[in-house]
Amino acid sequence: MDLITPDFGLFFWMLVTFALVFMILKKFAWKPIVQALQEREENIREGLENAEEAKTELANVKVRSDKIISDAIVERDQLIRQGRELREKITAEARNHAEEEAKKILDSARDLIEEEKAAALSQIKIQIASLSVEIAERILRKKIDDDEVQQELMTSLLDEFKLN
Amino acid sequence: MKLYGIKLRICLFALLTAAISMQSVFAAGAGGGDGEFDPGSFIFDHIADAYDWHLFDINGKQYSVPLPVILYTRDKGLNIFLSDKFDHGHAAYRGFRIEHEGPDKGKIVVAIDDHTTDQEAATPLNLSITKNVFGMFFAAAIMIWIFLTIGSRYKRDPKKPPKGVQSLFEPLILFVIDDIVKPAIGEKKYVMFLPYTLTLFFFIWINNMLGLVPIFPMGANVTGNISVTAGLALTSFLAINLSGNKHYWQHIFNTPHVPVFLKLPIPIMPVIELVGIFTKPFVLAIRLFANITAGHIITMGFFCLIFIFAQVSAAFAYGGTVLAVAFGIFITFLEMLVALIQAYVFTLLTSLFIGAAVEDAH
Repeated sequence: MDLITPDFGLFFWMLVTFALVFMILKKFAWKPIVQALQEREENIREGLENAEEAKTELANVKVRSDKIISDAIVERDQLIRQGRELREKITAEARNHAEEEAKKILDSARDLIEEEKAAALSQIKIQIASLSVEIAERILRKKIDDDEVQQELMTSLLDEFKLN
Repeated sequence: MKLYGIKLRICLFALLTAAISMQSVFAAGAGGGDGEFDPGSFIFDHIADAYDWHLFDINGKQYSVPLPVILYTRDKGLNIFLSDKFDHGHAAYRGFRIEHEGPDKGKIVVAIDDHTTDQEAATPLNLSITKNVFGMFFAAAIMIWIFLTIGSRYKRDPKKPPKGVQSLFEPLILFVIDDIVKPAIGEKKYVMFLPYTLTLFFFIWINNMLGLVPIFPMGANVTGNISVTAGLALTSFLAINLSGNKHYWQHIFNTPHVPVFLKLPIPIMPVIELVGIFTKPFVLAIRLFANITAGHIITMGFFCLIFIFAQVSAAFAYGGTVLAVAFGIFITFLEMLVALIQAYVFTLLTSLFIGAAVEDAH
């Protein structure tokens, strides 16, 4: 068989073999392989895109969370300040109120004392009067017999009353 | 660790190849003991196709695997028999013999007796399963087995990372897809040409690689045979021209941006372009054939050096053997590279031609 003369038999079998291999592999090998490789490529591409997206999303989230935190700090400060103001206000109010109340109580107490005093005085006066009458009565009962003594007492008593 | 293992395996492969090639040369040298060792005919016997698969010679007796001979003539009809009936070309069988002389040397012709050819009769239609056909069948079987295995795995779990033989072929498949076909044909249309280009690449590559392994049923010089490369070129020709669009054919018969006097009255440009359609695949066929054949010739040549030296003196033969084996191993490594490069070049050029044929008008 010559080196450079094509041989029909070999040429024929070559075409048959190649065609068979091509048809079998096309259906059962290249289709799933190419499909799987493309799928994988697509997967990787998608994965990378998703990762990129997630990254920007994460950055956004960070910005947002930073904003939320700073807002919260501002709000907290405000709340604290408000609270302090409120507390001071309440304390001041309470103090004023208490002072007023105390004053009121004191006033009423003073009035009561004054009234009680007046009542007591009048009571005492009545008591004194009745006592004096009684005393007088007793003295009278005891010393009525002795004129001299009686006289003397009468005078002294009368002196005393005069003094009043 | 894994890379080291692969390197080791490649080294072993090269050593084994070299060692066995040498053995077959020894066998041939010993077989031709009756006369002078003729490296030319020895090498060309190796790279040429044959009706039986020669394994080795022991004491001048040839041991070979007989292959089916399939012949058809109008007179004798279909004849199918094993090639050992020819007794290595020494006998005729059913009126056929292997011609040893003349322009039909090596072909099966109609015989009158064991030693004479019927010059009147036409050469029979010969569809024999020759050494190359058998080697090609083997390569095709291996190819189908490998890729069906891989394919079913991709089908079963496409998202899993590749393993085993799949991880050997996936980089190559991706190389063909991403570095050859996609850039050559273009993002939009490459997918429909993938089955053909992938088959082409691996058919050439696997046949090239198996051609380097000198153990039956490998080692046939399949891609170093002009008939095979012509067949591959024909598939390439069909793929290019059947996929050619309007723009492609317009470019051939009425090339734009070319002065009218080159087209009328003598159609110089259309003729040149039309010839170009045929030269492209023709060059593909010649390139692959020449490269692979050259590789086989060089490898065999180095091993033949041993016997050429041996005819001078024994000491020369020992020195020559060391040198020849060293060079043989080197060339085997080189041929492994060439096997891949030629598969790459054939596929790349075919893809580029297809790319030009399906390109949209711009």
